[in-house]
Amino acid sequence: MEFFIISMLNGLSYGLLLFMLSSGLTLIFSMMGVLNFAHASFYMIGAYFGYTLTSLIGFWPALIIAPFLVGGCGVIFERLTLRKVHKFGHVPELLVTFGLSYIVYELVQLIWGRTAVEFTPPELLKGSAFTLINNATTGLQLIWGAAPAEMCSAADAAVRIVCSPFPATRAFMMFVALLMLLSLWLLLTKTRIGLVIQAALTHPETVEALGHNVPRVFMLVFGAGTGLAGLAGVIGGSTFVTEPAMAATVGSVIFVVVVVGGMGSLSGAFLASVLIGVIQTFAIAFDYSFVSVAKDLGFQLSSNLQNNSFLKLTVSQVAPILPYLFLVLILIFRPKGLLGTREG
Amino acid sequence: MKSYQFKPYNVGRWLIWSLFAIVLICAPLMFTSNLSGTMLAQMGIAIIACLSYNILLGQGGMLSFGHAVYTGLGSFVAIHALNSITAGTSQIPVSLLPLVGGFAGIGFAVLLGYVTTKKSGTPFAMITLGVAELVFAMSLMFSEFFGGEAGISGNRVAGPTVFGITYGPQIQIYYLIAIYTFICVALMYAFTQTPLGRILNAVRDNPERVEFIGYNTQRVRYFAFIIAGFFAGISGGLGALNFEIVTSEVVGAGRSGGYLLFTFLGGATFFFGPIIGGILMVLAFVLLSELTKAWLLYLGLLFLFMVMYAPGGIASLIMMNLRVAAFGKLKQIWVSYLGLFVTAFVALIGAGAMIEMVYHLQLNSALGNNLKFMGIVLNAKGVDSWFGSVFIMLTGLGLFEAMRRHFLIEWGDIQIEIEKEIKRREAA
Repeated sequence: MEFFIISMLNGLSYGLLLFMLSSGLTLIFSMMGVLNFAHASFYMIGAYFGYTLTSLIGFWPALIIAPFLVGGCGVIFERLTLRKVHKFGHVPELLVTFGLSYIVYELVQLIWGRTAVEFTPPELLKGSAFTLINNATTGLQLIWGAAPAEMCSAADAAVRIVCSPFPATRAFMMFVALLMLLSLWLLLTKTRIGLVIQAALTHPETVEALGHNVPRVFMLVFGAGTGLAGLAGVIGGSTFVTEPAMAATVGSVIFVVVVVGGMGSLSGAFLASVLIGVIQTFAIAFDYSFVSVAKDLGFQLSSNLQNNSFLKLTVSQVAPILPYLFLVLILIFRPKGLLGTREG
Repeated sequence: MKSYQFKPYNVGRWLIWSLFAIVLICAPLMFTSNLSGTMLAQMGIAIIACLSYNILLGQGGMLSFGHAVYTGLGSFVAIHALNSITAGTSQIPVSLLPLVGGFAGIGFAVLLGYVTTKKSGTPFAMITLGVAELVFAMSLMFSEFFGGEAGISGNRVAGPTVFGITYGPQIQIYYLIAIYTFICVALMYAFTQTPLGRILNAVRDNPERVEFIGYNTQRVRYFAFIIAGFFAGISGGLGALNFEIVTSEVVGAGRSGGYLLFTFLGGATFFFGPIIGGILMVLAFVLLSELTKAWLLYLGLLFLFMVMYAPGGIASLIMMNLRVAAFGKLKQIWVSYLGLFVTAFVALIGAGAMIEMVYHLQLNSALGNNLKFMGIVLNAKGVDSWFGSVFIMLTGLGLFEAMRRHFLIEWGDIQIEIEKEIKRREAA
């Protein structure tokens, strides 16, 4: 039980981190029709900015300032390059961001080196948010913070006690993502600028005719989207590893999220990122393969079958490809994506 | 347009193709060193790969991030076939192994392309990326087929020899690659002239109208994808024969990105663009990476500027200047060209010196502060080196901008003159 809860929470927090990234990507895509290939690069820049600023002014100010800096970079990039190729069509726009991902990868290596940097969360987030204690006699119990050692070790060896801590960084990640989701939703539906953005999504010419500067709205949305990626970068970088390869590891997954959720659908992106986060986290935790399951069920397999490399694969080994398999299946059975409305 | 056409022979075409054949035959006679031998062989392979990629990108408007899947899987199947020849379990001659790779490419394109080509445009690009990640992740899982970290190696001196050709020496494998390159380039050119090739262009430009005249755009894309997969597989098979080792990186995202980058740099809008791209690819991977550690940065910047200012790639630049030359206007503009090149070169020297100094500080700081850049010793921590570089770069940039404005005006004037000339000739 406690395994299920902790894995579920881990999956949710990872999914919410994916959503922080894919929300910006979806917003930019649905607005400008540009799939920002370099979105994960902005995530990486966010992590590195966060790292540098943390050593200068501390983690909490860095958490606020780094996303704005990343958003500023996004605005500059949009203004200098993306807007220029807008007239050539969507493929050159995608190519520009593709080129940017190469440049950012190299620049990050140039400035911060090729190995991982030590970006750790502040003291407040280092421990565990809460601990689940499964005592064989007294049942499941929740304790905020780390559990004292005497509660996790039983005096009687016959009583089985399992302590499962949940890291505070993960909880913080969930908290920020949910806060962001809420504020994004409020911004888009309740404020004037949100209404202009929504209108510019579907009727850019009309919005322009009403006197709004649509290219500037695009620029701000691009900045906001990359800023969100930067925020995710500060949190993700301090929770996981901050290294030049971090953009590639998360990059292709967020594209899967966007396609699976339905191109340009924010709620679809939310559903898909949580789903993929949970599936991947659970898959890593399971160590079953066809061979082991067959053994548990009492089937006797021939030695040939037992050494078959396909049947020997455990679920945890398959975990990295699950998002992509999911993508292929979705495309076959529901080409629009989970909550998408249009077929690309 | 007047073309050199004497029916029933298209002389211009015969000339170009025989020239191409002569270049392929004579290249190893002119560049005899060991390094240039392997580079020429790799160029042939890269040309086929880039041209097959251009069937998707240039002719079909399909931006694929996963072309290495088909070249790479072709390589793997070919090397397994080679090993089975060595083991004596199959009787295919070694010279036909690239075809085995090609058919493997067809097989995987039939299988994976069905899902991929369901969409076009941006979703297509994302799906190819997903499929590429899928195959790459799988390559680390199934070590029987992909050989795990070490890859699969083989020995191309296998099976019965024909006319004493063992494919042991590099020159023999080069000529095998050259023959395949010539045939594949010819076949791919022929493909652009077929009805399918033509309708593929229409699908790229206006899929809606193609649907209205009764074609299934999805099927057209699918067929084109399979054909591209075939040629990609051939290039993969040749690669397996050339290197005699295939590791899982041949299906990786880096390789796919390379095909995209260089096909675009060469020029996706012209048939011969990817040939330039393939040659550049080998030059960059072999020579540029030796010359500087920052080569990927330079490549990325070059690519970015190319997308922004010359979306047709190098091929389009060549064709534009050929047009200017054909109207005899090149002599008006060559001074500006010279100015542009010189000022750009000055700016690049400054920028390059700074990039190299930062790289030096980051990677080789143990070797001291001094580094050699274009024959000059720079001090990576010295104020004068930095000041000099910044000064050179800014001077170059300022002059370049001035030259560029001047050039744009001249270029515009010449284009107007050419348009007038064309109208005048039409009227006459």
